Amino acid sequence: MSVLVYIDHAGGKLKKAALEATTYASKVAQKTGGEVTAIALGSIDEGALAALGAYGATKVLKAGESHFDNFDAGAYTKAIAKAVEQTAAQVVIFTHNSSGKSLAPRVSARLKAGMVAGAIDVPNTDGGFSVRKSVFSGKAFADYQIHTDVKVISLNPNSIPVEKGDGSAAVASFDSGVSAADFRIKVLERSTSTDSIPLPEAELVVSAGRGLKGPENWGMIDELAAELNAATACSRPVSDVGWRPHHEHVGQTGITVRPNLYIAIGISGAIQHLAGVNNSKVIVVINKDSEAPFFKAADYGIVGDAFDVVPKLIDAVKAFKAQA
Amino acid sequence: MKVLVCISQTPDTTAKIAFTDGNTQFNKDGVTYIMNPTDEWYALVRAIEVKEQAGGSVTVVNVGTADNDPIIRKALAIGADDAVRIDCDPKDAYEVAAQIAEYAKAEGFDIVFTGKETIDYNGFTVGGMLAELMDLPYISMATHMSLEGNTATIDREIEGGQEKAQVDTPFLISANKGLAEQRIPNMRGIMMSKRKPLKVVAAADIAALSTISSYELPPQRSSVTLVDPENPAELIRLLHEEAKVI
Ligand SMILES: Cc1cc2nc3c(=O)[nH]c(=O)nc-3n(C[C@H](O)[C@H](O)[C@H](O)COP(=O)(O)OP(=O)(O)OC[C@H]3O[C@@H](n4cnc5c(N)ncnc54)[C@H](O)[C@@H]3O)c2cc1C
Repeated sequence: MSVLVYIDHAGGKLKKAALEATTYASKVAQKTGGEVTAIALGSIDEGALAALGAYGATKVLKAGESHFDNFDAGAYTKAIAKAVEQTAAQVVIFTHNSSGKSLAPRVSARLKAGMVAGAIDVPNTDGGFSVRKSVFSGKAFADYQIHTDVKVISLNPNSIPVEKGDGSAAVASFDSGVSAADFRIKVLERSTSTDSIPLPEAELVVSAGRGLKGPENWGMIDELAAELNAATACSRPVSDVGWRPHHEHVGQTGITVRPNLYIAIGISGAIQHLAGVNNSKVIVVINKDSEAPFFKAADYGIVGDAFDVVPKLIDAVKAFKAQA
Repeated sequence: MKVLVCISQTPDTTAKIAFTDGNTQFNKDGVTYIMNPTDEWYALVRAIEVKEQAGGSVTVVNVGTADNDPIIRKALAIGADDAVRIDCDPKDAYEVAAQIAEYAKAEGFDIVFTGKETIDYNGFTVGGMLAELMDLPYISMATHMSLEGNTATIDREIEGGQEKAQVDTPFLISANKGLAEQRIPNMRGIMMSKRKPLKVVAAADIAALSTISSYELPPQRSSVTLVDPENPAELIRLLHEEAKVI
């Protein structure tokens, strides 16, 4: 099947998510016999796009008009739908991140193409086309069968490792047919912190809860995260009272993460919190209460006071890095 | 402002998740249902605030069978004016979005609200699909909205940051934490909700584009390995040598 993959980029660079999506697209193409075309909208240089060849794309379509530097899901959808038509793509792949979550459903509805949001594995094509995803906020998995000829998939970040080979993709300019008049949303400003790792994409996460007592105590959490090159997260009550920003709130009503390592400090492990994190590969719990429910969901644990344990843990990480 | 809020029914956050019929059906036995949290806490309340600020009306719509009526009544108790239930048991997000679009197209809504995602099927999909089917601009995961005349200024969450955008009515917005503060229905609201109109309309002839063929529960974790609090270096060694995650 011919596969089209949407390339997410920021500040002139490909996001890690784009490399995962291209790797995934190439696995789908290998499985079903077809080629991968990538599509990128907005300002990014051709060298960066040609590099997608090493991840499995044969061709990259680029519509670089400056109006695409203003994100509008409706206008973007028109451009992507035209690329689907032009490449006769049967599978269209996005990342399940903020832009993909806005675009994939629009593209799906426009093309009347069945969609799976947040895929965690390559499709199973034995006797149909089925894609696995997490449901009930991580409490279960479901296999979705897509019944339409064209299929839309948004890939959950951190679900498959990036695979890099050789080669470079041919970058062609793409006439999307979309003009400035198609943009009905005006982006006024965009602020992203470049020093911290976006939580949904992070491979390591350090998370803390109400056990930390107050926002002034987060210094050691930030330090541990920085030493490990991890993103920071928190439990819901912590963001509700404003100790930490809302976008750090993980759990059933926050965001779902599945990093390689999730370290929970001073978090009790309520069912709604666990729902958002229990698909992490390895879970470490630090809690002074040996009865805290989180220990039942953990791989490793330390029963102890966070204010004693975390500084010692920071020292241990420093020592480990010095010797490595 | 004529405002529409799309609400979904989901299992309670503490519900036991289990399956029947060879893992092909969700086991509803003993499960209590609630209004999807982001729909209730943020989308519905922000919609009511729009009415309080600019006048107009708030309609809630649900695609579902009669057992969804309790959450619809709750939305009326919190402050919606009227409700529409499209009578069917939808199989995927497209079916939900397409049913709502069929009903809403001719109604002339100025703002359509959805929650950012449901806590059962976790799709983030109905809002985007509905926006496309109704040809509306779509701002997802909104954390703040201010409205002046027909122009809204909206903050939305993006990876590692925020985006501020402007859009004129009509538009569709999906609600994230921060957009409003949860409201608990009071006695007067509950009494009034019983008299507010809940119209049941027949479903249009729309088929789902995807279906769930089976479910699986995640594997159980083996029991926890405890490390001496005086010796966190041992934890680092285990994470490096045994778990191989650092
Ligand atoms: C509908 C609904 C949705 C919800 N959604 C979410 C969600 O998405 N995410 C979420 O996180 N919660 C959610 N909750 C809330 C959830 O039920 C819990 O209340 C919440 O997760 C508890 O946060 P916590 O663990 O930080 O705090 P607490 O439950 O207060 O736990 C604090 C923990 O810190 C430990 N502790 C205290 N002092 C120390 C110390 N010095 N050193 C080490 N440990 C210490 C304590 O032993 C305790 O285990 C939801 C609740 C409802 C009803």
